[in-house]
Amino acid sequence: MTPGITPPLGAAPADALCIEHLDVAYRVGASERRVISDLSFAIRTGETYGLVGESGCGKSTVALAAIRYLARNGRVSGGRILVDGRDLMRLKAAELRVLRAQTVSMVYQDPARALNPSIRIGRQMAEVFEVTEGLRGKPAQERSADMLARVQIATPQRVMGQYPHELSGGMQQRVVIAMALASNPALLILDEPTTGLDATVEAEVLDLIARLRDEIKTSILFISHSLAVIGRMCDRVGVLYAGELVEEGASAELFGDPRHPYTVALLRCMPSFGRSKRHGRLETIPGFLPAPGSISGRCVFVDRCANATERCRNEVPPPLALPGSALARLSRCFYPERAPHLPRSAEMPVPARRSETAALEATPDAVATPLLQTRHLSKTYRSGSRALQAVHDVTLELRAGETLGLVGESGCGKSSLAKLLLGLARPDAGSQLELTGQPLAALASDRTQAQRKAMQIVFQNPGLALNRSHTVRRLIQRSLRLLGLPRQRREARLRELTASVRLTARHLSDKPRQLSGGLQQRVSIARAFAGEPAIVVCDEPTSALDVSVQSAILNLLVDLQAEQQVSYLFISHDLNVVHYLCDRIAVLYLGRLVEIGPTAAVFAGPQHPYTEALLSANPAAQGVPGERVRLRGEIASALNLPPGCVFQTRCPRKIGRICEQREPPLLELEDGHVMRCHIPPAELARLQQGREPNRLSP
Amino acid sequence: MLQAVRTGLRSPTLLIGSVILLFWIACALFGSRMTPLDPYADDLLATLTPPSPSHWFGTDQLGRDIFSRVIIGARDILIVAPLATVLGSVMGTALGLVIGYARGVLDDIVSRVIEALQALPLVIVALMALAAVGTSNATVVLVIGFVFTPLIARTVRSATLNEAELDYVAAARLRGDGAIAIMFIEILPNVLPVALVETTVRLGYAIFFVASLSFIGFGIQPPSADWGIAIAENYSLIGSYWWTVLFDAAATASLIIGVNLLADGLQSVLER
Repeated sequence: MTPGITPPLGAAPADALCIEHLDVAYRVGASERRVISDLSFAIRTGETYGLVGESGCGKSTVALAAIRYLARNGRVSGGRILVDGRDLMRLKAAELRVLRAQTVSMVYQDPARALNPSIRIGRQMAEVFEVTEGLRGKPAQERSADMLARVQIATPQRVMGQYPHELSGGMQQRVVIAMALASNPALLILDEPTTGLDATVEAEVLDLIARLRDEIKTSILFISHSLAVIGRMCDRVGVLYAGELVEEGASAELFGDPRHPYTVALLRCMPSFGRSKRHGRLETIPGFLPAPGSISGRCVFVDRCANATERCRNEVPPPLALPGSALARLSRCFYPERAPHLPRSAEMPVPARRSETAALEATPDAVATPLLQTRHLSKTYRSGSRALQAVHDVTLELRAGETLGLVGESGCGKSSLAKLLLGLARPDAGSQLELTGQPLAALASDRTQAQRKAMQIVFQNPGLALNRSHTVRRLIQRSLRLLGLPRQRREARLRELTASVRLTARHLSDKPRQLSGGLQQRVSIARAFAGEPAIVVCDEPTSALDVSVQSAILNLLVDLQAEQQVSYLFISHDLNVVHYLCDRIAVLYLGRLVEIGPTAAVFAGPQHPYTEALLSANPAAQGVPGERVRLRGEIASALNLPPGCVFQTRCPRKIGRICEQREPPLLELEDGHVMRCHIPPAELARLQQGREPNRLSP
Repeated sequence: MLQAVRTGLRSPTLLIGSVILLFWIACALFGSRMTPLDPYADDLLATLTPPSPSHWFGTDQLGRDIFSRVIIGARDILIVAPLATVLGSVMGTALGLVIGYARGVLDDIVSRVIEALQALPLVIVALMALAAVGTSNATVVLVIGFVFTPLIARTVRSATLNEAELDYVAAARLRGDGAIAIMFIEILPNVLPVALVETTVRLGYAIFFVASLSFIGFGIQPPSADWGIAIAENYSLIGSYWWTVLFDAAATASLIIGVNLLADGLQSVLER
C-alpha cells in the first residue's frame, strides 16, 4: 500500500454506523448496474454525518442499504455494513426486525406518506412503544404525549386525537421525527427531512433537530442535496458523486477549503447569499452525471473536471488522506492541492442590456407606461358556502425589461397570481389587468393572439409541462406557429431558438423522457420564447433541478433577457436565487402583497416583519452573527382569515391591538419601496438594526 | 417504439399471448389451405367417429371433419369480434376525450347515461337490439360496438381528466390552441396507451360475447363453421360424443386466454 492512502476504516465497536467498501448494484433487465462503489465511512457515537450530492448520485441507496431495505432489484454486491457493531448482512430476518425496531430509525422526505392517513396520530405513536417496549394502553399514551412535547408540539393531547391530514407538513414531520426517536435509536437516518417544507418551516425543523441532537446524543446520518443545510447541521460531511465518496471531512473545513474539484465546482454553482447578476455569471459544471456503472478504470469526475490529466483518465484515484487536519480528511483526487485553483468556467460578465437604465435603476418615472399593470386583482375560490381568498387586492406593475421576483411560502398565492396574469383562471369582478396600457381580457381564450403571444410561462416541473408524446421539434414548432412565419422561415427560427437555449440539433428528435431535467427545462424555455414574448412568467423554474443545473438555467435566463429584453415575473422560494436574478421583489402573504420594492432596498431593510422572517430562515444566511427571527405557528388558514393584519397571528414584531383590528396601510418608504405594516419604518429599522444577516455583503 | 418491442419480448405473458393469437389469425387467414379435409363435406357413412389418424378430432353428426372445422371456425369470430372492438374503441375514445376535456354539464349528463347503461346486463341489451334489427355479421359488429362504447369512454374519460390538469395543456391554451387541437393533438397520444390496453381487454370480452351470441343463435349464422354454433349443435351429445364439443370449446377458450394474456402483457409494458 502506498503511503498516504488510508487503510480501511477500522470499525471501532462504538461506531453507530460503519460502512466498509460497500458496493451496491441494481439489476436492470438482464444487466447489473453498479450504483455505489467502494464506499467507506463511519459515524461515531453522537456524531451527525452529512451525505451530500446531486440527484442520482446514490444518497438514498446508501440510506436504504444501511437498514437493508433496498428495492427488490437492488443487491449489496460487496463490502460490509455494521450498525452498532453488528454486521447487517449476516442478520437473520427476526434479528433484522428487532434491529429496525430498536436500533435504527429513519425519517423520509415526505411525512404525509410516512404516516398512515386513516389512523389517528396518538394510535400510530403508541404503536411504536408497543413494539419496542411492550407498553400498552395508558402508559403508551403518556409516553407518546411526552415524545410529542419533546418535538415542540405545544398541544400533544390535541394532536394525538387528529388524523395526519389535519396537520400541516411541518407538524407531520415533527410527528415522524417523534416516532423515529421514540425507540431511542442508536442511529437516526434523515433522508432529505426538510426538502418538501417551506423555508420558514424548514428553519424551525432544523432548529428542532439540532436541539434534539444535543439532547439525546443519537448518531445521525443526514442526507440532503442542499449544501447549506448540510453545512449547518453536520459535524462531518461526505460528498457523494456517481456512487463514490469523493471527499470527506469536518464540515467547516470541507466547505471552507474543499479539496476535490467536484466539491469546489458545486460550491461555486450556488448563488451565494447576497450575490446578484450584476456581479457576473454563475459557475456551472460542464457535462452530465455519468450513467451508473459506466465508468471504470478512471476517475468518475474526469469528464467534467478542468484539472484532469492523463493519469486521471487511466487510473482510479484512491481515497487520499489529506495531511494537516484535526479530523481525518479524504479526497478521491490525485491532485487535491490543485482543487482550490480549479479554472472557472464563467469569467465573462453578464452581457449589458440595451435598456440598462430602465430596468436596473428601477425608478418609477423611468418608464411611462408599465408593460403589465394589475389593479385590485383578486381571486376567490368558492366551494359551497366557504370562500378561499387565494389572491386579494394585488396592485403591481411589471416594467419593460425588468425581473420582478415573487416570494412567499407555499399557499401564499404566488402561482394563483401567475395564473391570473396569464389568463388561466378568471379573477373576481373588479380586478383589472392592462398590457401596455390596453385592458386585457380575463381569460387567455378571450385575448387576442398578439396578447397571448406577449405572455408565456416556464413551469416548475418540465416533466409535466412538456407533452411526453411529442418530440422536442414538435413541442417547439407548435409554439412557433404563434409567429405566423412562412414555412421555410420556421425551420430557420427553430434552429435559432434551439441554439439560443444551448440545445443541439440531435436533441430535436428526442422525446422529453430521453432528456435530463435540465435539458427538459431548456426545451420548456425555448417553447416559452418561441413566440418572442414580452413577458415570461417563471414559476419556480429551477426548484426541481440540481444546483449545477440550476446555475446553467439561471445563466440562460439572464442571457435571453439581455438579448431579447423580456420581462420576467420570477416566482421562487429561494431567496438567494431571487436576489441573484431580480431587480425588484414582491412579497406575498396569504394572497396579499405585504412588501414590494427594489431588491437592494428590500434586502437592506427596513423590511416587513414577514420578509424579515423569510430572510432569516434562509439556511445560507446562517452562521452570520445576529439574532434569528423565527415564525411561530403555522400559516393561518385562507379559509378563516384573522382580522386586522393577516400576518398578526405569527408576527414576531406585533405591537398590539391595532394589528388585530385594522388592516395596515400601504406605506411608501422610499422610491418604489412599499410595505403594509403598522410599525413606522423608522421604528422597524431600529428594531432590525441589531441583526446583520439581512444586510448585503458589499 | 423499438424499445417497447424489446421490453415486450422480455415479458412472457405478452409473448405467449401473441403466439396464441397469431396462431388463430393464421388459421383464419390461411385456414382453407391448411385443412387436411374439406370442412364442409359431409360423409353420412362416417358420422360421429371418435378421433382417429384419419380424423384427428373425429367427425360430427354429419360426418364432417372436426379438425378442419375448428381451423376454419376461427375466421368469422376473428372478423366480427375485432371489428366490433375497434368500432367501440374509436367511438369510446372520442366520446371519453370530449366529456373528459369539456367536463361540466355535458360530462354530468353523458356520465349518468353511461352509468345507467352499465347497470343493464349487456348480453340481454345486445340480444334485444339484434332481435330488433335482425342478425347478420354486420349488425353483430354494430351492436357490440355500441355496447362497448360507453365502457371504453369511461376509462378514457378518467385518463383525460388527469391529463387535462397537467401543465402542457395550460401551455397549449396559452398559445391559443383550440379545444379540438388540445384534445386530439395534445391529450390523445397520452391517453392512447390506456385506450389500447382497454381495447385488448375488450377484445377478449368481445370474443366471448360473439361466441355466446352464436351459441344462442343470435350471432354468427350457419353454415359457418363457427365454434359457438358447433357447440350449440352438439352439446346435447357431450355424454357419449365428447369430441364434438371439446375441441371447439377448447379453441374458444384458448383464443380468449391468448387475448387476455396479451392484454396483461401490454398493460405491464405500456404502464412502465
